[in-house]
Amino acid sequence: MSLQIENLSVYYQTLKGDVHALEDITLDVKLGEIMGLAGESGCGKTTLCQSLIYLNPPMKYMTGRVMLNGNELPIWDAEKMNQHRFRDISIIPQYAMNALNPIRKIGPMIRDLLTSKKVDYKDRLPELKHRLDVVNLPHDVLGMYPFELSGGMKQRMVMVLSTLLDPTLLIADEITSALDVASQKAVSELLVKFLDEGCCKSAIFITHDISILYQIANTITVMYAGYLAEKASTETIIHSPRHPYTKLLIASLPKIGVKYSEKHLKGIPGHPPLLLNPPIGCRFRDRCPLAFEKCTEVPPFVEIEKDHFIACWREGSHA
Amino acid sequence: MKRYLLRKILIYLLTFFIAVTIDWMIPRFMPGDPIRNMLTRVSVSSNATAIQQMYDYYSHLFGLDLPLWQQYLNFWKSLFQGDLGISTYLFPTPVIDVIKRAVPYDIFLLLPAILLSWYAGNKFGAVAARSKRLDNTITPLSYILNATPYMWLGILLSWFFGIILGIFPIAGAYSYSLQPSFSWKFIGSVLHHWFLPFLSLFMVEFGGQAIGMRNMIIYELEADYSHYLGTLGAPQKLIRNYAFRNAILPQVTGLALKLGTIVAGALVTEVVFSYPGIGYLLLAAIQNQDYFLIQGCFLFIIVGVLIANFAIDIIYVLIDPRTRRGMTGETS
Repeated sequence: MSLQIENLSVYYQTLKGDVHALEDITLDVKLGEIMGLAGESGCGKTTLCQSLIYLNPPMKYMTGRVMLNGNELPIWDAEKMNQHRFRDISIIPQYAMNALNPIRKIGPMIRDLLTSKKVDYKDRLPELKHRLDVVNLPHDVLGMYPFELSGGMKQRMVMVLSTLLDPTLLIADEITSALDVASQKAVSELLVKFLDEGCCKSAIFITHDISILYQIANTITVMYAGYLAEKASTETIIHSPRHPYTKLLIASLPKIGVKYSEKHLKGIPGHPPLLLNPPIGCRFRDRCPLAFEKCTEVPPFVEIEKDHFIACWREGSHA
Repeated sequence: MKRYLLRKILIYLLTFFIAVTIDWMIPRFMPGDPIRNMLTRVSVSSNATAIQQMYDYYSHLFGLDLPLWQQYLNFWKSLFQGDLGISTYLFPTPVIDVIKRAVPYDIFLLLPAILLSWYAGNKFGAVAARSKRLDNTITPLSYILNATPYMWLGILLSWFFGIILGIFPIAGAYSYSLQPSFSWKFIGSVLHHWFLPFLSLFMVEFGGQAIGMRNMIIYELEADYSHYLGTLGAPQKLIRNYAFRNAILPQVTGLALKLGTIVAGALVTEVVFSYPGIGYLLLAAIQNQDYFLIQGCFLFIIVGVLIANFAIDIIYVLIDPRTRRGMTGETS
């Protein structure tokens, strides 16, 4: 078991009060697993991953603990976390295109960073060069400034840099969002390759594009408004989802062979609730076609079949 | 690189030409007449024909009786011969000598004020950006200093230190009882007179630099690359170091531009403290319609600003790699 999250709650502090962005998250990611994390904008995907690696204000740690390889991560302590960041847990950020210091050459920048982590740059250089080959970047990039690279090159450079110390867990935060379809496929395949080469031991792949997850993820976790809705193997989520939100989400995907000029693409009516003063009970209640009285209580996230978790009163053992 | 430099030099030459032309035009657009002004000042005679004769004589001497286009060509011709003309206000001293006498005071006053305030302001701003307590004390103080009408601050300083405490003189560059010489007494007197104008300039500049640096550092610390380093667990020292190096770039531009205006003097300072620099001179020249002295002063300012700008262009290529990108292309 690589990553275990237990009852993690993280809020955002604002002048108007706390925004309940993450509520009572309990989740495992196994070694060798690529877990896809899906959900619409603002559902807490990025907050979840940020809080695992860099929980800084206005984010506020509330409850819960995070174990990585059996050791607890001190995610609430910014200083103590420093020794785990990059080595044990690393991230390819959403803003990979702007992630490099614009006025420092890439090689010296990596040297600065490694030296500050007490890693010898020279020792790591052969491996760094090998990985540049893997992502198909020339070795010359180390002597270049970030602005001399194209957007795609910068992103691959950041992928190499983020995984340079072979972290146990790699978080890929919307890394395909800004790319065209062909590059999306190439980048997501690179991530799989990284896992195969041992550059990281497990990965969380955040996206709102389920079709990419179908190609690379072993399991998919669906979030809704700060809660986990459902987690299961990719096959199960795509073909036999149980949570009403997942069902509607999957149903809204375009299908091959259907002409959407004749038939409207289906969506889910309504909007996710505001998390400043979230509604009591299941947060999907207002949009859920199956909602009933019981839904005014928060449904627990329970295992209904092996490795299939769901938070819904209509499904599983409570139904 | 060569092409870049050539383009730059060409642009600077063109700018020089246009600026100097405007410099020639401005005094001539002023109402009034320098010769008449000069004659009234010395009030030679009340005889109208005698005045007319002298007027014609001096007009001819200064070449002001020629058509404008001829004057303009003559102006360029003598400029290339290093001749800036003769001051009508301080007749018959050549303009170049008048300026030569004033420039050392400007450099002596402004160079330390600008350099020290830049250095101290940036240091302070960078520290204030990461310390809540300093940010709550120094930053408002900087804003107050920077927003203070400079003239008022100058008068306040000279009133307090000069009149109330009586520890600093309030006018001149050295004691009126001394003759310039290389004696300790004279140097001491110069420093004594220098301190108040220096302090007033330093204070105002310091405030501006500190605010600028603080804001830039905070902006850079919020930038994506700083955040990325943070998520990779880089120590604060490295992140701040990178932020500082990014934040200093616009500050360098500011410094170079300020250095370029050194020869222009600090008009208000020099007026408030009766300090005999170019600023003081320029005011006197304008009041007396001294075409040649005005032209001369402005010429120094133009050359100073252009050289400073050219220096920034070169320095920027060295310190900011991004400017090197388009250097070989058309758009540099």
